[in-house]
Amino acid sequence: MTQFEVYRIGPEIKVGTFDVSFTNASLFMVVSSLAILIIFNLGSKKNSLIPNKIQLLAELSYTFISKMIGDTAGSKARPYFAFIFSLFMFVLFCNMFGMIPYTFTVTSHIIVTFMLAAFIFIGVTIIGFIKHGFGYLKLFVPSGVPAVLLPLIVVIEIISYLSRPVSLSVRLFANMMAGHTMMKVFGGFVISLGIVGGWLPLSFSVALTGLEILVAFLQAYVFAILTCIYLNDALNLHH
Amino acid sequence: MIKKIVFQLFFFSFLSIKKVFAAESGGMPQLNPEFWVSQIFWLTLTFGALYLILSKIILPKISANLESRKSQISDNIEAADKKRQQSEEKLKEYEKIISQSKSEAKNIFDQAKEKALKNINAKREVLDKQIDEEIKKVEDEINQLRKDAPAKITKIAIETASELTQKLIGADVNNSSISAIVDDLSKKNRDKYYGN
Repeated sequence: MTQFEVYRIGPEIKVGTFDVSFTNASLFMVVSSLAILIIFNLGSKKNSLIPNKIQLLAELSYTFISKMIGDTAGSKARPYFAFIFSLFMFVLFCNMFGMIPYTFTVTSHIIVTFMLAAFIFIGVTIIGFIKHGFGYLKLFVPSGVPAVLLPLIVVIEIISYLSRPVSLSVRLFANMMAGHTMMKVFGGFVISLGIVGGWLPLSFSVALTGLEILVAFLQAYVFAILTCIYLNDALNLHH
Repeated sequence: MIKKIVFQLFFFSFLSIKKVFAAESGGMPQLNPEFWVSQIFWLTLTFGALYLILSKIILPKISANLESRKSQISDNIEAADKKRQQSEEKLKEYEKIISQSKSEAKNIFDQAKEKALKNINAKREVLDKQIDEEIKKVEDEINQLRKDAPAKITKIAIETASELTQKLIGADVNNSSISAIVDDLSKKNRDKYYGN
């Protein structure tokens, strides 16, 4: 579990009573953000009719996210495009940097994913109340439900709504942590079985690396698309 | 053999898991709140900066690039459409010119043909007339000859008959009596000689 250990880099920084020292987690947040900014800055610098590779990458990502938002939340979600784009890219890059050996996976920490999920939850709730006023509470009262079942349904809906940030954050955190732990365990097998029996866990390890890269992408995608779905609930009240 | 390997693998794996967890000190580092505030702080800082720079500087540029490409492509398609229409018009014009010149050529040819035919007809008429005249002349001559022939033959017959009688009998026979006989004979035989 040493790969999940957070440690201080440089001096201890204190703001009031809070310790905000620069850690390895902070380092990889900065590295991911910088990588995103560098890639997309290069990709948007020149405007050639036939894009070069990096411009193509930037434009494909743009249209990919744009299409995802359009499909799930409709045209009303247009103002939140930049946020969802940043969110997807940040989670994706943090996940992907975590795949490099001896790095730190920012998203494998529940506090990070929970902060993102909580921010999304609070933001979506505020947007919902701004757009619909107290009519947003109709979200908890689905139409076409018999009056007898209504109290039960409302309670279930409220619980499912409140559990959104938890499920969103735990999904990402648990996926990342489980994947990395599993790879660590298989790596341990390779060492303990040695040159005779180590080949089998090694091949597993190689396959797992591929799987984990897929999971890294998929979880970023799931995180972004669930944000879109929550946003859709807040923007277009369907119930 | 394989069974044995798998068994060994499981056996050793449990050993190694124990070893791995034994090396850790006290549970998941994720639940250690020592650096939570630091992580929240740095997450807010980096993600906030990322969001601001992306939304204010980079994403508008990418969007503008995509937009300009789209408009450029549609402009080009429009221009190509226009060019195609122009070329089609040119093609029509060209075909028109060709058909016009074809009909003109036909006209000229027809006129020339007519003229030539007229010329030929006129000449033929003249020639026909000449030939007709000649034929008429010749026919007249023949008719004249035919008309004159019996009289001449009668005269020759009379003279021959008178000379014959003179030489045979030695007597002069009156020419008028001979001519009466010849006339009589010739009238009888005329149909035989000149009959059709």
